[in-house]
Order: sequence, then structure tokens, then C-alpha cells
Amino acid sequence: MASALINVPRKARRGDVIEIKTLTSHIMETGFRRLAAGDLVPRDIITSFTCRYNGTEIFRADLFPAIAANPFLSFFTVAKESGKFEFEWIGDNGFSTTASASIIVE
Amino acid sequence: MRPKLKTTRRKFLHLAGQATLAGAIPIVVTLRPTEATPAMLASAIRNVVGEAPVHTGKVKLDIPPLVENGNTVPMTVSVESPMTADDHVKSIHVFNEKNPQPNIGNFYIGAYAGRAQVSTRIRLADSQKVVAIAHLSDGTFWSASVDVVVTLAACTEEVI
Repeated sequence: MASALINVPRKARRGDVIEIKTLTSHIMETGFRRLAAGDLVPRDIITSFTCRYNGTEIFRADLFPAIAANPFLSFFTVAKESGKFEFEWIGDNGFSTTASASIIVE
Repeated sequence: MRPKLKTTRRKFLHLAGQATLAGAIPIVVTLRPTEATPAMLASAIRNVVGEAPVHTGKVKLDIPPLVENGNTVPMTVSVESPMTADDHVKSIHVFNEKNPQPNIGNFYIGAYAGRAQVSTRIRLADSQKVVAIAHLSDGTFWSASVDVVVTLAACTEEVI
């Protein structure tokens, strides 16, 4: 349903610091907005994001309503070995989506 | 004839300006929902740092000082750190002063990050102070804060 965009370099040299950028589509409804009738729109946000590199967690974020819609996150890691990055977003109302990207380290 | 016309127009503009100013202030106040207070900001920071002192420095908070649209504000936090096993940044926490709630995000990194830098896009409901705090591996906390002016606030507009 929700789609995610991942930007990871395809190749890197061992020991390089690489940037990982992620973007996922999500409304990130704050829970503070009101309908014209005066009712609060219930909160619907992504609360947690995790990135694993060959199974090891390298980045985790707790997100709050103050994160803009379609959360963008960019962070860094050291390219240690060829393998796979796994990304996971978890949110309100059972929202969960995953993505992955592979890297070749020379 | 001419000078007279000029003065009346100026007077009229002056009066009109005063009228819109007086009219605008109550509207802004009624539109604003519950908001975090500096006290809530302080308690949210205490929840993270506990009783430890928070030093100023080492952290760089990159955020535009003048924001046109508070719905999406690019923000980058970087921390001066060698990012070695002995000396690295464990986590970065970002707070605000006047959104409906004081937290923006908590980002957990480690020595394997290589560079202590995180970017995201945030929402700001008002012109306010944004605070970033870094938790280092030696247990110390470092912070940076930036005052941001927001012309179009997030969160307050109505849904149809």
C-alpha cells in the first residue's frame, strides 16, 4: 500500500561513511486538527523507524506528530561488508511497511 | 487641492491598517489550539536527560531561521564527534517549544554510524525555539537551539 523510496549507494569501499536516505508515503495525521464540525481527526502517524544492516540495528527513530507528512529520514553508516539493509516503519492503526536495499562493499 | 487629498488618503490608510491589525489579533488567538509551553519543553528534556546537566556546544542544528510553510521544514542535526567505539554519539533528541506537544523525534545511532548526522522534515505550529540534544557515549549531554520564525503555521488549519 504505502510505498517507500530508499537511496543507498550500490557500491562502496570498505570503511566509507555512506548516507542512507529514506522517504515513505504516509499522511502523519497529527491528532490535533479539527473537522469543520469541530471533531478532532484521530491521530495516525508512524511512530517508529528502524534500519538494520545485515541483521544489526544501525539506526532507530521515534517519530512524533511534529514530523512532516511523508517522513524523510537521512542518516549515515560505515560500509563494513556487502549485504542488505532492511527498513521497517511501524505506526498507528497497525501500520507497518518494510523495504530493503543491497550494497556491494569492495 | 492635491496636498489635502494626500493627507486624507494617508489618514485613511492609517485607519485601515489599525482596523485590520485589531481584527487580526483575536483571529490568530482563536485559531491556535492547545500548545506546549516552555515548562512542557523543560519536562520533556528532563525525561530524556534526567538530572544530568546539559552543556551548550558540539551540536549543530541546521534549520532555516525564516520558514514560509510550517508544514514541512527541513532540519539537519549534526554533532562533532570522532564516532569511535570509545567516543561516539548514542542518540539525538529534538524538541520544540510551541507545537501541541514538545517532542519532535528521537534518533538512536552509534559508533557504526561513522558520522553523527540526521536529517528529516518537521512541522512547526508557530514561531518558536527548536532544541536538539545529543547524548554522548561518556554520558554527557550537549545541546543547540535555534529560533525559527514561521509565517504559515502547521497543524492549525481546518480539515474540510
